[in-house]
Amino acid sequence: MSVATSADAGARDLSVEIPPRRGNRRRWTSYILPTYSWLVIVYLLIPIAFMVLYSFNQSSSRLPQVNYKWEGFTTRWYQQWNGIPGLADAFFLSIKLALATTVVAAILGTLLALALVKYRFRGKAVTEQTLFTNIAAPEIVLGASLLGFFITLNLPLGFTTLLLAHVMFSIAYVTITVRARLSGYDMNVEWAAQDLGATPWVTFWKVTMPLIYPGIMAGALLAFALSIDDFVTSSFVAGNSTTFPLWVYAAIRVGIPPQVFVFGTVIFTVGVVVAAMNLVSQGRRKRRDEAARRKAEEAPEENVIDIESEFNVAVR
Amino acid sequence: MERHLPTDLPGVEAPPPRRSKGRRQKGAYILGAPAILWLVVLFIVPMITMVSLSLSTCDPITLACQNTWHFAEFRQVVQQYHTQLLRAIVYAGVATVIDLAIAFPLAYWIAFYGGRKKNFFLLMLLVPFFVSFVIRTTAWQFLLADQGPILQPLKSIGLLPENYHVLATWIAVVAGLAYNYLPFTALPLYVALERIDRHVVEAAGDLYSNRRSVFMRVIFPLAIPGIFAAFLLTFVPAAGDFVNASILGGTNTTVIGQIIRSAFLDNSDYPAASALSAILMAAMLIGIFLYAKVLGSRTIEEYI
Amino acid sequence: MTDDPIIDPSLLRGLTQSRFTRRDLFRYAGVAGGALGLSAFLAACGTKGVATGSGGAGKPNANMGDAAWWGQQTLHKTLDFDNWPYYMDIGPNNSHPSLDEFTKKTGIKVNYTENIQDNPSYWNQHIFPQLSHGQSQGHDIIVLTNNDYPLGYMLNFGWAIPLDHGSMPNFDKYASKLVTNPSYDPGNTYTMAWQSGYTLIAYNTKYIKDEITTVDVLWDPKYKGKIGMFGNASELGCLGLLAIGKDPATSTPADWTAAAAKLQEQKPLVRSYYDQDYIKALKSEDTWISMAWSGDIFQAGIQGYDTLKTAVPQEGVMFWTDNMLMPYTASNPKDAMTYMDYVYDPKVQAVIEDYNNYVCPVPSSKGIIGTELHDPAVANSPLVFPNAAMVAAAKPYYQWKNTQDLKTWNDTFQPIYLG
Repeated sequence: MSVATSADAGARDLSVEIPPRRGNRRRWTSYILPTYSWLVIVYLLIPIAFMVLYSFNQSSSRLPQVNYKWEGFTTRWYQQWNGIPGLADAFFLSIKLALATTVVAAILGTLLALALVKYRFRGKAVTEQTLFTNIAAPEIVLGASLLGFFITLNLPLGFTTLLLAHVMFSIAYVTITVRARLSGYDMNVEWAAQDLGATPWVTFWKVTMPLIYPGIMAGALLAFALSIDDFVTSSFVAGNSTTFPLWVYAAIRVGIPPQVFVFGTVIFTVGVVVAAMNLVSQGRRKRRDEAARRKAEEAPEENVIDIESEFNVAVR
Repeated sequence: MERHLPTDLPGVEAPPPRRSKGRRQKGAYILGAPAILWLVVLFIVPMITMVSLSLSTCDPITLACQNTWHFAEFRQVVQQYHTQLLRAIVYAGVATVIDLAIAFPLAYWIAFYGGRKKNFFLLMLLVPFFVSFVIRTTAWQFLLADQGPILQPLKSIGLLPENYHVLATWIAVVAGLAYNYLPFTALPLYVALERIDRHVVEAAGDLYSNRRSVFMRVIFPLAIPGIFAAFLLTFVPAAGDFVNASILGGTNTTVIGQIIRSAFLDNSDYPAASALSAILMAAMLIGIFLYAKVLGSRTIEEYI
Repeated sequence: MTDDPIIDPSLLRGLTQSRFTRRDLFRYAGVAGGALGLSAFLAACGTKGVATGSGGAGKPNANMGDAAWWGQQTLHKTLDFDNWPYYMDIGPNNSHPSLDEFTKKTGIKVNYTENIQDNPSYWNQHIFPQLSHGQSQGHDIIVLTNNDYPLGYMLNFGWAIPLDHGSMPNFDKYASKLVTNPSYDPGNTYTMAWQSGYTLIAYNTKYIKDEITTVDVLWDPKYKGKIGMFGNASELGCLGLLAIGKDPATSTPADWTAAAAKLQEQKPLVRSYYDQDYIKALKSEDTWISMAWSGDIFQAGIQGYDTLKTAVPQEGVMFWTDNMLMPYTASNPKDAMTYMDYVYDPKVQAVIEDYNNYVCPVPSSKGIIGTELHDPAVANSPLVFPNAAMVAAAKPYYQWKNTQDLKTWNDTFQPIYLG
C-alpha cells in the first residue's frame, strides 16, 4: 500500500490510495458517486445551457431582444457584442469590481480567520456575532443605510462606494470558509516550524498557507460569485454607474438583448477554461513531482534535508 | 487548541513556554484589525442606524425620522406579517435541507476521490453562478413554463395532468432557492471534508467492520463543523431572499423579504422595514443558537 | 493495554458543554449597553441615514423657476438626461440618432443614461437621499410616472424646477390633449410628457375565443389559474375600482374597501401578481389573460406573438404618463428646457415614437411615421395614436391628497398581493 507524499506546497493531494475493496465499495466510489456528481454539475448547468444556446438564436424582430422561439443559428450577436449602449461598460465594470472585491475580501477575511482561530482576545465573541449578523442582514435595509451613510459623508457614489460595500458583505463568507478549514487544527505545527529555525514569515508561507490554501480559494470563489451577481446592495450605492446585474435587471422590463446572453456565455466560458487549465496544470505538476521524487530516490544519500517536504510529512 | 504531551515519555520535551498574554493578543489585533475596522465602519454603523430607525417615528409629510423608542413597532409588524416570516423560514429551511442532501455526497466525492480534478469540480460548481441571477432565473422561467420544454413532454405522455404547473407555486420558489444557494452549501462542506486526515479514515476502516460505521462514527462527526457552516451560509441568506419568491412564486408565496422591500420602497415606511429586518436577524440568531444546542455541540462561536 | 478512556466521559461532557456563565452575562450586558448607549447618542441628534430631516426643505432658491430666474439662465452646451430603458431610439454603433441630431442642431452634448427601473426604487436610491441633503443626484432631466407616489412627492416638496413657459413653442403647438394640463400637474407647471401608455387587458386568442367587453372577464372562473394581475397597489386598486363601476379619480376610501373585497374574491383565480414580467407569462402561455401595458403588447406582436391581442373594456382603461421634469439640483436647466421642447417637434417625435411604440404625445407625428418612416403598422395603431374611442376610454389615476391618504390606499390594497 503506497502512501502518496505530495512535495508541492500548493494544493495538497490527500488522496491516499486506499486499497481497492471489492463489491459495494468499488461500486459506490467508482460508479455511483462520480455519476451522481456529474449529474449535479449537469443540473447546475441547465439554465446556462439554455443561455448559451439562445445566444446563438436568430431574431427577426428589429428590437434587440432575446427571442424565446428558436429561429435559427447565428453568430450575429457575438459580432455585435458591443451593439447595446452601456451594456459592455456595465459588464467590464462588474468584472473589475468583482476582481478587486475578491482580492481585498480574501486578504482581509483570511487574516481575520487566522486571528479567530489562533488567538483568544477580547472582543472575539462580538466579532463572531458580527460576522453572523452580517450574513443574516437583509440587503435592502443594509443598502439603504449604507447609502445614507455615504451621502452624509459626502462620498461620491460610484466604483469606490461599490467596492466598499461589496467587500463589506464578502469578508464574512471568506472568514467562515477559511475557518471551517482550520477548525480543529493543531496550530502547534507553527511553533514546531519555528523551533526548527523558520522565521515567522517562512512559517506562514511554508506551513500555514498550504493548510489554509483550499479554504482561501473556496472563500475567494464565493466572494467573486457574490460580488459579480450582487443586485440589491449595488442598486443603492452605485450612484450613476451601472453594474451588469443592474443593467440586466433594468432591461428585463422590456426584454433583455441577446448581447446579455453573449456576455453571460463569455464569462461562463472563461470560467470553464480556467477550470480546465487548472486541471491540466495539476496533472503536469503531479507528473513533475513524481519525476522529481523518483530522481531524488535514485540519487546518493547526501541529500540535503528538504525542509518543505519534511514539514509536509510532519503536518500530515 | 493545545494538547499537553505527557512529559515523562523519553524524547518528548515540554512545549516551549507560552509567550506573555499581552503579546498573544497583539497578534490577534494586528491580523484582525483591517477586517474588523472595515466591518465596524461599513456594517456596524449602518446597522445601528437601522436599529435606531426601527424605533423611530417618521413624519409622514416631510419623511423626516426621529428616534422615539417606539418599541410598539416590533409588536405591530410581527402581528401583521408573521405569516410571511414563517413562510420565509420554512421555505429556506426546506431548501437548505435539500441543498445539504444534494451537496454532501458531491462534496464527499470531490474531497475524498477528486484527486487532481478537485479544483476543476469546485470551479464547475461555481461558474454557473458567475452568470447573473437574472439570466439564470429567466432561463428557469422559460424551462419550467406550463408548456415549456420540461413540462410539455411529460404532459403529452400523460405523466402529468394537463393543467399542472410548477411556476407560481411554493415548489418553484423552494426549487429556485435550492438551486441558487447550492454553492454556498457545497463549498463549506467540501472545505471541512477535505481536511479530514485520510489516515484517520483508514484507521477507522481497520477498526470497524463495515463502511457505514466508518462513515457514521468517524467521517460524519468530523464533518459537523462543515455541515453547520454550510447550513448557516445557506439558510440565513435564503430566509431573507425575495427574488426567487417574486419571480417564481404565485399568490400565496409571499415571503418576508418581499414585505421588507415593499415596506421600504413602496411605502417609504422605514421604521417598519428596519423593524422587520431586525426581527429577521434576531430570529436567525435564536434559531441557530438553538440548533447548535440541539446538536449537543459547543458554542455557536466555534462554528462561525 | 486497557480500553478505558483517558478522560471520564462525563467529565469530558461537562468540560465541553457551554454554560451561561456570569462572564457571559456581563458580556452580553456590555454589548447591549454599548448598543443602547450609541442609540441614545443617535437619538439625541436625530437619526443619520436616508430619512433625515429637511424632507420638505424644498428648493434652496425661492424664486427658482420664475421668469426673472429663467432670464438669467444660459446654455452650458451639456445635458444629463436619465430615462427608463428602451425609451430612446437606437441606431448603429450604440448611437441614439435623435440625440445626435439634437447635438448637431443645438451644439448641446447629451449624456444619456437609463437608470430608472421603477418609480419607488429610483426615488429611494437616486432622488430622496440626495435631494434631502441638498446634494445633486446627477441629472438635469428625469422621468417619473404619474401612477406612483414619487412624482407627487417631487411636486409637493417643491423639488422640481417650474418650466419656462416662454420657451415651449413646440409643446404649446403640438402636444396632444391627453398630456396637456393633466390633473397631476395643472397647467404643466413642472412636467412635460415623454410617453404615455394604457393599462388594459391582454389576452391570447389561441385560448380565449370570446370577445372581451368588460373587466369582469378577469373574474371568470373559466380562466382559473390563467389570470395575471399587477402586483402594484396603484394599478391593482384602480382596476378593482373600475370593476365595481367607480371612477378611480373620484373614488373614496369606502370605494377602495369595496374594490379590495372584490379583488379578494378574485384571488383564488389569479395565477400570480406580476411586475413587469407579466409579459413573459403571456408569451409562454402560462397566463391566457392579463392586465397589461399597451406598448409591451405592441412589441410582442412585432416579435411574432400574433395571438396576443388587447381589449378595451367598457369600464375604461387607465392612462398613465411618464413625465420629464427637472430636479432643483439640475445644473443645466436651460439646456434641459431646450431639449424638452425639442422632442415635441413632430419630426423628432416620429423617430422616437417609431422606436418605442407607446402612446405618442404628438399626434402630428402620425403622418410622418406612416409616410417618411414607412411604418404604417405603428402609424395606424390606436395604441400609439389613440383614436376617439381610446381617448374616451382613458381614465386618469387617483391623486393621493397626502401621505395619510396614500397609506390608507396601500393598506387597503397591498394585503391582496402581499398576503
